[in-house]
Amino acid sequence: MSISREEVEKVSLLGRLLLGPGELEKMTSQMGQILDYMHLLSEVDTENVEPMAHALDLTNVLRDDTPGVSLPRDEALAAAPHRDDECFLVPAVLGDP
Amino acid sequence: MSLIESTATELLGQLQSGRTTAVEIAAACLKQIDRHDAKIKAFLRVDRDGALARAAEIDARRKAGKPVGRLGGLPVAVKDLLCTKGQRTTCGSRMLENFRPPYDATVIAKLRAADAVLIGRTNMDEFAMGGSNENSAFGLTHNPWDLTRIPGGSSGGAAASLAASMVPLSVGSDTGGSVRQPAGFCGVLGMKPTYGRVSRYGLVAFASSLDQIGPLGRSAEDIALLLEVIAGGDPLDSTSVDRPVPKYTESIARPLENLRIGLVREHFGEGLDAEVEAAVREATRVYQSLGATVSELSMPHGKYAVATYYIIAPCEASSNLARYDGAHYGHRTDEKAMAVELAAQRKALQQTGDSRKLEALDNPLIRMYRRTRAEGFGAEVKRRIMIGTYALSAGYYDAYYLKALKVRRLIRQDYDRAFEQVDLIAGPVAPTPAFEIGEKVDDPLAMYLLDLYTASANLAGIAGMSIPCGLSTGGLPIGLQLQAPPFEEERLLRAAHMFQQATDWHTRRPELS
Amino acid sequence: MSTPHKVVIGLEVHVQLDTRTKLFCSCSTQFGAPPNTQTCPLCIGMPGTLPVMNRRALELGMKAALALNCEIPRFTKWDRKNYYYPDLPKGYQISQFDLPMSCDGYLPISDAKGRFEPKRVGIIRAHLEEDAGKSMHAEAAGKADSRIDLNRCGTPLLEIVSEPDMRSAEEAKAFLTELKLLLVYLGVSDCNMQEGSLRVDANINLHVDTSEGTKATPIVEVKNMNSFRAVERALAYEIVRQTEAWEETHTELGGPGGFKTTRGWDESAQVTRPQRTKEESSDYRYFPEPDLVPVTVTEDQIEQSRQSLGELPAALRTRLEATYEITPYDSDVLVNQGRALVDYYIELAEACGDGKQAANWVQQDVLRTLNERQIPVEQFPVSAAALAPLLEKVRCGKLDANRGREVLAGMVELGRGLEDVMREMGIAEVDDSALETLCRELLEANPKIVADLKAGKQKAVGGLIGQAKKQNPNVNPGKVRQLCLELVEKM
Ligand SMILES: [Zn+2]
Repeated sequence: MSISREEVEKVSLLGRLLLGPGELEKMTSQMGQILDYMHLLSEVDTENVEPMAHALDLTNVLRDDTPGVSLPRDEALAAAPHRDDECFLVPAVLGDP
Repeated sequence: MSLIESTATELLGQLQSGRTTAVEIAAACLKQIDRHDAKIKAFLRVDRDGALARAAEIDARRKAGKPVGRLGGLPVAVKDLLCTKGQRTTCGSRMLENFRPPYDATVIAKLRAADAVLIGRTNMDEFAMGGSNENSAFGLTHNPWDLTRIPGGSSGGAAASLAASMVPLSVGSDTGGSVRQPAGFCGVLGMKPTYGRVSRYGLVAFASSLDQIGPLGRSAEDIALLLEVIAGGDPLDSTSVDRPVPKYTESIARPLENLRIGLVREHFGEGLDAEVEAAVREATRVYQSLGATVSELSMPHGKYAVATYYIIAPCEASSNLARYDGAHYGHRTDEKAMAVELAAQRKALQQTGDSRKLEALDNPLIRMYRRTRAEGFGAEVKRRIMIGTYALSAGYYDAYYLKALKVRRLIRQDYDRAFEQVDLIAGPVAPTPAFEIGEKVDDPLAMYLLDLYTASANLAGIAGMSIPCGLSTGGLPIGLQLQAPPFEEERLLRAAHMFQQATDWHTRRPELS
Repeated sequence: MSTPHKVVIGLEVHVQLDTRTKLFCSCSTQFGAPPNTQTCPLCIGMPGTLPVMNRRALELGMKAALALNCEIPRFTKWDRKNYYYPDLPKGYQISQFDLPMSCDGYLPISDAKGRFEPKRVGIIRAHLEEDAGKSMHAEAAGKADSRIDLNRCGTPLLEIVSEPDMRSAEEAKAFLTELKLLLVYLGVSDCNMQEGSLRVDANINLHVDTSEGTKATPIVEVKNMNSFRAVERALAYEIVRQTEAWEETHTELGGPGGFKTTRGWDESAQVTRPQRTKEESSDYRYFPEPDLVPVTVTEDQIEQSRQSLGELPAALRTRLEATYEITPYDSDVLVNQGRALVDYYIELAEACGDGKQAANWVQQDVLRTLNERQIPVEQFPVSAAALAPLLEKVRCGKLDANRGREVLAGMVELGRGLEDVMREMGIAEVDDSALETLCRELLEANPKIVADLKAGKQKAVGGLIGQAKKQNPNVNPGKVRQLCLELVEKM
């Protein structure tokens, strides 16, 4: 089960990447190769196996609702590629996410 | 022995007894960097003035009889992905080329508090993705043993800086072998502690459930020293574990009695270089000579580690790296050029009358994201974002991500069973010694397969360590990997120390021209 | 605005939990701070930062869930919902996907005016998640940049998802009113819609009976509703629109062109308008949040939380009706005003001894003043203890009700006690002998009226009442009437 060029293009939008025609070609073949290798897992019987999302069995790590110190605004905005005195600036947002 | 050739533990003794000063050590390290780093390129940036000033300050304090921290003025190199307040933290990426975090990582804070002299930032594969340092946006790092070869990765700069005697201690991070593998390729020691042993706060995330900061050094004692400083629970990291940090440096000289070492049958199959196998087997004989028993055992799911790892890690990475979109910090594409590009594309589509494509044309915000990320990320990072995005997307989640999480559990269970029979698992770090630069750049899968022996420890969350155990006929270092149950770093360190009392592989250094 | 078809409405409500700090960092959640002054590396989404869960948010969430009769699973976890938007700096929202902190509850609703039958609206789930920041769009969309304020980013929200159990816009509004009341009573949220502490999205479609069985029309998600009234109007509008659309096209949910769409409520035009949604944006790629550990809850914790809920609105209404013999309508009005007003009412009713009268005065006079002055009942200048004697005087006829209202207005205005104010206003209670003297004088001076009264024309007494009030504004007209009739009888 390889991946098609169209799928790769769709995924590139979902992941907000922009692949040129050459890159797209190469990505399609490399992803296909890698995903094929992943199918090695299909031979493993995972019936009744609990997924393991964390390496540790920790639970209930909570903190108190005590206010701390926020950054001064100029520090918060210091790394912004584009800003005004108060806000981060981005190209006009259209519609909902 | 010269300052640069000494271990951190030896240097600390000299500092404490007044035979040398932090400034002398820092100066010696800086001199070595000056002499050799133009060729090796272990460092992205060296903080010459900052290091010397800090060293002088610590010396003054020591001279005045005031308290000095645990690292007492020793230089430490830091992989360029630990956030350091006000200083560039690039992660080897164009995306963060000029990024200066407004805060310190917990490990950085601990190093400062222990009076480490932060001498510079080491090169790495971009966002810690890679095993050769060829994925750094800022150029290759060369293996000090053979400049035509890679140093390993992703903490390649960290390992190379030690092998080239530029620093006595280095901090790296290990997500699938990124400390252990370059340590093995460069003939130094490196540890991946148990997941949760060291705070990840301020470590720029690659794959959050696998990432762990680890120490690199030239002796087991040095690793013990550095681990003692950086380990411990942290209220800023929910996944760190609040349990006491043993005094690794105190127990390290005590040999392990009745040590049971396991060799994983599946590790010694196809693909393992004969010289590597011989060196690892020889190392187990050393342990036998020290009274350990060595037995074979099976970890049937080990062969799935690479596939499992290369699903889970990219999935987490695709999400962790979503924040690099040019909106709040980091690189942003040239918006004027972008507007021109979009207008041209719109015009072209209007002319062809393809209304479907016209409709689907990115709006300026989405195009800003896409161009920013296309420019800011290198090929390997893009590949992993693509794989992770795909594997998490609707219709594929169960087949890839969920399946991988289940196999991950089986891998962990293999370990649990193994550690009922043995105290430590010994084996190779990587299938071969360091390979040539460029050898695998166009074969990502071949590169991934290098993680066969290291990725499982991250998946299982256990502790692992790489120790020099031989040299190939070509004069390249070979690493022995020891793995221990969770929070048994002390056992690893004692075992490594035993080995180093009986062998001298860890003292071998490359000839630097 | 109705339809012959069955209306199916489900609501998704986001409420801001009343914590001092954000869900995963210790920045303040205070509303109204200047842009980007309540942010830190974590809520700016900076590399290397890690979330740490706010205990209070979990506690508040659990209280709300229990009050909504939800099950509290013993194990709950965090997930990432991945999407790109500039007010979401991490590129994902930390939320709960497949194992929410609560599920399977219900909220009873009823209408005091009887416009619909009392019913239970099912709650599918209530889960915790972090809020996004705020994008401020320039007027000329597409031209200027958007400005991003991250103050709100990371504020704890409880998302409450109802079953599609509501059958009319009124029911939807009643659900929201009751939900808000409940959450405010619990102290879980201030539910202030203006400040964004309560936000509503609605899913609505029709189930149409046809000869081929019941058909569902395409579901519409309605957004941008900034008040409960807007919700009610938007849904009423959708019912009409969807009815017409069905009659025109017979488009079915899941059929050709029958996919779910999103529409926004345009308050100024009072219509809903289609909103563009990108197909790919709905692929949120949820997966377990590796930076946060799961939460387990014990039986004890749940019991403790249950004990802390206090008296909830529904129970309070029942108690008021039973104890003070007031109507469901009255109890509804009182309880809907919040716990402080109910406490005021209870004190007043206890002190004056007439629950019904107390209910009238609180609803009319007290509430009017509170509304006019835009003050909470805690700042009402006349305490329940001070108001009670006035009510008593009115009840036993010593003061005419209208006069009493003037006195209360005086007490509010002057901020002084009853006796003081009456003196100040020159209002004296009319004692019975003085009243009798006045009536006798009036009867003597008005033989014509007396004659009419004797002839059984009782209406004629009105003239006497008018004259009595002229002579002494404090007289109680009812009493004048009664006394004059008695005196004529004896003549
Ligand atoms: Zn914050």
